[in-house]
Amino acid sequence: MNLKFALSLSAGMLALGLSSAQAQEPLKIGVVSVLTGPAAALGQQVRDGFQLAVDQNGGKLGGVPVQITIIDDELKPDVAVGKVRSFVEGGKVDFVVGPVFSNILGAIAKPVLDSGAILISPNAGPSTMAGKACHQNFFVTSYQNDQVHEVLGKYAQDQNYKKAYIIAPNYQAGKDSLAGFKRYFKGEVLDEVYVPLTSLDFSAELAKIASAKPDVVFAFLPGGLGVNFVKQWSQAGLTGKVPFLSAFTVDESTLPAQQDAAVGMFGGMTWAPNMDNPQTKKFVAAYEAAYKIVPGSYAQQAFDAAQLIDSAVKAAGGTGDKDKLRAALKKADFTSLRGKFKFNTNGYPIQDFYLVKVAKRPDGKFQTEIAQKVFTDYADPHAKDCALK
Amino acid sequence: MTTGLLLVQILNGLQFGILLFLVAAGLTLVFGVMDFINLAHGVQYMLGAYLAVTFVALTGSFVLGLVLALAAALVFGLALEFLVFRHLYERDHLDQVLATFGLILLLNQGVKIIWGAAPLSVPVPEFLSGNVALLDGILYPTYRFALIGAGLAVGLLLWFVVDRTRTGMLLRAGASNAPMVSALGVDIRKLFMIVFAFGTMLAGFAGAMAAPILSVEPGMGDTVLILAFVVIVIGGIGSIRGAFVAALIVGLVDTLGRSFMNDLLRLFMSAPSARATGAALSSMLIYLLMAVVLFLRPEGLLPSRGRT
Repeated sequence: MNLKFALSLSAGMLALGLSSAQAQEPLKIGVVSVLTGPAAALGQQVRDGFQLAVDQNGGKLGGVPVQITIIDDELKPDVAVGKVRSFVEGGKVDFVVGPVFSNILGAIAKPVLDSGAILISPNAGPSTMAGKACHQNFFVTSYQNDQVHEVLGKYAQDQNYKKAYIIAPNYQAGKDSLAGFKRYFKGEVLDEVYVPLTSLDFSAELAKIASAKPDVVFAFLPGGLGVNFVKQWSQAGLTGKVPFLSAFTVDESTLPAQQDAAVGMFGGMTWAPNMDNPQTKKFVAAYEAAYKIVPGSYAQQAFDAAQLIDSAVKAAGGTGDKDKLRAALKKADFTSLRGKFKFNTNGYPIQDFYLVKVAKRPDGKFQTEIAQKVFTDYADPHAKDCALK
Repeated sequence: MTTGLLLVQILNGLQFGILLFLVAAGLTLVFGVMDFINLAHGVQYMLGAYLAVTFVALTGSFVLGLVLALAAALVFGLALEFLVFRHLYERDHLDQVLATFGLILLLNQGVKIIWGAAPLSVPVPEFLSGNVALLDGILYPTYRFALIGAGLAVGLLLWFVVDRTRTGMLLRAGASNAPMVSALGVDIRKLFMIVFAFGTMLAGFAGAMAAPILSVEPGMGDTVLILAFVVIVIGGIGSIRGAFVAALIVGLVDTLGRSFMNDLLRLFMSAPSARATGAALSSMLIYLLMAVVLFLRPEGLLPSRGRT
């Protein structure tokens, strides 16, 4: 062995040693998701979608082994804030991915961001954090909440529907939803109905819809509300009579229960399991093989969140240099399942939105499928209130 | 508002009331006869729905699935009685509440482990899947008529058993003075076991019957339990007749409130404030009703005889 070779070898080993001293330290990631209560089906998709991406990368993101801590927020802001605070205070945390619901995000954002960790929301996209309360360490891989409702409003307007009947639960997100729909729908709103979040039976509302004879119905009835409404809708003989537009009412988390009753109903989303690109085909097949259900947008957005971390950690050579890491995150240099994906200045995506339609697959399972594009490169309007450049 | 719509909404209210009656009947029976607060009644309703999902899928027949689900609910009720409830009869109400609340947590988590967290459903049986056209061309699902029929049949059966049979007589006697009945040589333990198992089966029946129209999911029993308690408080604790009347009242008040509160308020308010007030008021209506009943008749509308 000559001296030159030995020197370069040891220099190389030294360099390797230095970088591996950083790299050996695993990426510490917390996944905050709702895993108990009626909304657990959504939380499980977030957890599993993220895990699937990590598994496909051999347990690493950006070439660094990851150490994932799953935190169940129980859909209770006080519980979430307690668990998340003790997690981020318990040692250096690189990323927190979560949660599903905006009210939980509002609770955990401050402790996470104060600790210096990067917060990536795989679903919740409140308007506040898109505008004035935006943060350089906060990124969203889903959408700004209003946009999904606006898709249906825009579509209803494009179809030239004159009379709409709109319905949502009686809480803030329900009011935001109907406001989002009305932002683009300029026809007459026959009735704007707010039902309790604990509603079971919608026969009263359905009878009113049948007698009001609207051109179109828009509903935001997430989870079990939507299951009840859709089943009762078809039992009341309304299927095929009135076009049914909805947000978060017919998706992969509720379709196993709604089944045939939901076929032909419309929703709004940025992605569907039949999206025509190779990465989606591979993702859907792998997810179904691993978890036996059709993945919905929740799983897809969590998968993209993991890919985002992977791309940024790789580009920044670890998480040591926060400025470098942030710059790499902002580039969003990964192959999103949605195809096109880039970040706006506020850390929210600029992307296309589609009208999706429920269909029964040849294998008897149900999924949403892309019907038509409604918005192209759509950025949320709150970004102008965000001070970040 | 048309007469047709009003009629349909009354029908909807009755049907919702019948569903509440099916849940409340078992609860009031156990509460009234055994002086036992069974918070787990709601999860037994949930379990009935889940069992129906499984057995209807297995047998491919709604009726057969329903029968099997009922049998399974009965067996489960007996097992619960043997393992848990039997040891709580002598305890005070707080212990009973604690233990049965524990059961709620356990069973909600249990069904999630077995059946998963995503909502499930039972298809409406083929022979009841149609619609009946009512006035103004409004369609009413046949299954809901079947639900009303089933509820009335259960009500009738309960009335017959409680008012006209020897077991019913012992039940009523046990409700007013259990130690005395026991002293007269009646095996009160066995009686309690029968009542409890029957109550569980009623809850299971309600759950199974609700499964084709409602989403079957963990925690589905919790909302129903609260409504069932409202019903038995209004009707008079331990009174089957009271539960029946109160369930229909609650069903009607809730449904009609949701349907017409907005229109009513709009007569003397602007549309947006009528909407906001209407939504808030109509969801409070049954609790207001309960408060009024408690104020005017603390013992309920139709208290069971021998209890005041």
